Amino acid sequence: MRTMGSVITVVSVALVIAGVAVALFWLVRGRRGFGTPAHRAAFATLHQASLAAPPLRDGLNADSAKRAARHLRELLGTPALAVVGEETLLAWEGPGRKHAAQAVAHAKDAMDAGRPWVVPAEAIACEDLDCPVRSAVVVPLVVDGLVVGALSVYARQVSAGLVRAAGEVAHWMISQLELAELDRSRTRVIEAELRALRAQISPHFVYNSLTAIASFVRTDPDQARELLLEFAELTRYSLRRHGEFSTLAEELHSVDRYLRLERARFGARLRVDLLIAPEVLPVAVPFLCLQPLVENAVRHGLGPKASSGRITIRAEDAGAECRISVEDDGVGMDPEQVRAQLAGKAGGDSLGLGNVDERLRAVFGDEYGLVVETAQGAGTKINVRVPKYRNGVHAS
Amino acid sequence: MNPTLGLVALAAVLVATVAVGVYGLRLSRATSDFYVASREVSPLWNASAISGEYLSAASFLGVAGLVMAYGVDMLAYPVGYAAGYLVLLLLVAAPLRRSGAYTLPDFAEERLGSTAVRRVASVLVAVIAWLYLVPQLQGAGLTLQTVTGTPRWAGAVVVAGAVVVVSAAGGMRSVTLVQGLHFWLKLIAIAVPALFLVMAWRTAGSPALTGPDVPHFRHTTVVRIQDPVRFDVRAPVTVAVSGGLDGRTYGTAAGIGSDGGAGKAAHRNTGAGEGTSPVRLAVGEHSAAAGARLTFPGGVPVPHQVGLKPATGADWARPLSGAGGRAHPLYAVYSILLATFLGTMGLPHVLVRFYTNPDGRAARRTTLLVLVLLSVFYLLPPVYGALGRVFAPQLLLTGQTDTAVLVLPQIVQGGEAGRLLAALATAGAFAAFVSTASGLTVSVAAVVSQDLLRGSARGFRWASLVAGVPPLVMATMTTGLPVADAIGLAFAVAASSFCPLLVLGIWWRGLTDRGALAGLVAGGGLAAVAVVVTSVRGPGHGWAAALLEEPAAWTVPVAFAVMVAGSLFTRGRLSPAAVDRVMLRMHLPEEVTGAEGPPAVPPQQGPPAGSRADVPAPDAGAPPG
Repeated sequence: MRTMGSVITVVSVALVIAGVAVALFWLVRGRRGFGTPAHRAAFATLHQASLAAPPLRDGLNADSAKRAARHLRELLGTPALAVVGEETLLAWEGPGRKHAAQAVAHAKDAMDAGRPWVVPAEAIACEDLDCPVRSAVVVPLVVDGLVVGALSVYARQVSAGLVRAAGEVAHWMISQLELAELDRSRTRVIEAELRALRAQISPHFVYNSLTAIASFVRTDPDQARELLLEFAELTRYSLRRHGEFSTLAEELHSVDRYLRLERARFGARLRVDLLIAPEVLPVAVPFLCLQPLVENAVRHGLGPKASSGRITIRAEDAGAECRISVEDDGVGMDPEQVRAQLAGKAGGDSLGLGNVDERLRAVFGDEYGLVVETAQGAGTKINVRVPKYRNGVHAS
Repeated sequence: MNPTLGLVALAAVLVATVAVGVYGLRLSRATSDFYVASREVSPLWNASAISGEYLSAASFLGVAGLVMAYGVDMLAYPVGYAAGYLVLLLLVAAPLRRSGAYTLPDFAEERLGSTAVRRVASVLVAVIAWLYLVPQLQGAGLTLQTVTGTPRWAGAVVVAGAVVVVSAAGGMRSVTLVQGLHFWLKLIAIAVPALFLVMAWRTAGSPALTGPDVPHFRHTTVVRIQDPVRFDVRAPVTVAVSGGLDGRTYGTAAGIGSDGGAGKAAHRNTGAGEGTSPVRLAVGEHSAAAGARLTFPGGVPVPHQVGLKPATGADWARPLSGAGGRAHPLYAVYSILLATFLGTMGLPHVLVRFYTNPDGRAARRTTLLVLVLLSVFYLLPPVYGALGRVFAPQLLLTGQTDTAVLVLPQIVQGGEAGRLLAALATAGAFAAFVSTASGLTVSVAAVVSQDLLRGSARGFRWASLVAGVPPLVMATMTTGLPVADAIGLAFAVAASSFCPLLVLGIWWRGLTDRGALAGLVAGGGLAAVAVVVTSVRGPGHGWAAALLEEPAAWTVPVAFAVMVAGSLFTRGRLSPAAVDRVMLRMHLPEEVTGAEGPPAVPPQQGPPAGSRADVPAPDAGAPPG
């Protein structure tokens, strides 16, 4: 009975071996020597630069400046360094902190002039003989023609070499800040597109729904009232202003409302099957990413068909991700046309698929685009994969 | 035991599991009403699913076995297993549900924004899951051996194979239904035979459980030895032997029953009729080979396996008496309690189930129901432990106390009814292995595919193999600890690594990524080292051995201390804005965050009273139909 843990022996021996192997791997990798001093210097410089880059890519603010300043000082090898914003000091790195208060004043001339400026020793006038902060070179950071801040490099004595080095580093910072600006505008474009999509859902659908409701007003007022309320709820959800993400449950509710309205129009011709795993209901998905797919299934799949049609919506739990598919047994689509839509080339009323595809890729990466299986007359199946968790993605 | 019925029970559980896993979703959701389809799972069903996944081999077989051998101290396990959910309920359930993290590594990344912590957490998930899987598979081997006499590895292969194939094929698309069914199957499978057991006990004149005697054979008993065993005879006794005993072979079954081929030998010997030889067993240690059959006369005390001290009923029933020969019972009990209280929240397969709850409040309600369901279940295994000493004391000789739940029904209830009860118990046991093993395999596969194979569909398939095969190899290569003890070690590692991460991560703003990393490595590492040392040198005596065999009592405080100290030292790395964001999300109830959420119809309908006249008018004017 008490063969105390020969199981555990094997487990643990395996673990220890694995641990040692990993440790050795890191050791070997870490110690892999560089050939020449030039290699080492290149590595050191680029490594510091790569450490300073991520904060700067968030844009210029106190937090990012503070995190980047440490690496920038290493990069320049100066005693002290300050990053100044338009009006305020963002970060001071190194000794001589008592001079931090004047940093904005030191940078003013350079920022006004829009070119590098050397602050002479008289202007700093330090009483403390040990203080390394004696003079400075200030390089303004000009992004898109606007001065957004300045890099002040302090040293005992400003040499021509330091001025050039500071200029180069500031230049590099500017390129990072421009990239940050680019990131921001890319996000803005995606947001704008999202807004465009919201506005886009409706035209056909609004018209069709309203006419369908109108047809019920006399014959079945209860039904008409129900449908109007559904319609109100649906527009409320679609036109909500906040949040890029929503839960799969909410998306499905919205799709449900949409389908009720469609069923009012198609009647028994439209059959809908749902196979939803409850585990994935709380997964965060891009806002309104399902409805265009269902709308597509109704319009391209069933709309032109005379007989009745069936739409199947599936959501399955698949390990670290959730798989969603929307399938119809309608007339199918032309693969070339779908390809064009996904590439964003087709205009007009079929913007939906391409837009959903683009948003999925933008949020989760290129491997998470839409996959469409279709052929003329063979129905259509659109597959979506969504990771269950992604840092920064939260339903709101 | 009748192998056919047992096999039928096993097959039924496997087929039902796969069928419900694949088609259950289809049956329950083929409707055109979206509200029905996408309605969240009810708390009761969800609680059943959580309990079903949680009740493993340790709960179904192990608790009864340990209680039988070592007395009421071992009730610390069921108490801890159930109470772990109380801690989970109070400290973790709702905030974790709101955090949006699906796995423990997700939580680490979400809270601390560090991929390094995420990696370490992923490794720990795999380690804990493997430690947890091995006893499940061994339990399966033991069960199949008990039922059909096949070798130990067979049951492990069946369960591991089924689980890996199903999860790799993507069969478990919605496990909530399957796990929920498994809970009720397990509850019935343990409750119904327990009822018969108690009735048999009453019929037998309610023999005292807590008397001054050590366990003895009630009547002439044939003891079949399946694995070689050494046992201590305390009073000389004459037994009829066939097979190997003390290096000699007796009876006509000579030569077969040597080492190895345990199952085969046992099987051939059941052919009855072969000769036996009377042997007088002197006081002292004896060894029986696999396949041996010893027939003890009624009324004699049961010789116990070496290492297991015979305990009188009174000692057995007295807490902290160290019955069965466990040293430092007080320390051990507290350590077990700490490990199980705090380890539950760190088990990789427990967390996932909470996502079936629509919100944090439902998560709390579900946890409460889980507590109720588990409490009901855990009342039953100790019944087997206690009555096993009366009806099946030979298990104390063979050392297979873990099989008490499986063999007792047939011992107390003869005939067809007994066979059916045994088949029911077998079905319950396999439900326990399959549900826990599949939950663990899927959890590990998800973590492995995400962090090592960058999350493709094919990656998940390979990851299922990675998750299922190593524990299978370990399980077949070793014979192992008592099931509940082995699982206790997995709990200890979880309690000393993920518990501090979760509790501090949720309730303390000051936790930094470096601190968390140090705490995870220190706590998880120390607990793992303790497991290694214990298992390499075997059970020892004295304090050092006790500290290593039940490490949680010291590794958990160490992990907390390191995490707090490490965080205080690296306070500079905190980014208050990021912490605010995460804390807000975890602690703000959904009604506040989802301000837009509540249905708009009632409030909008209420106020404009004037317009109401418009609505009923058509109702009255145009009767429907």
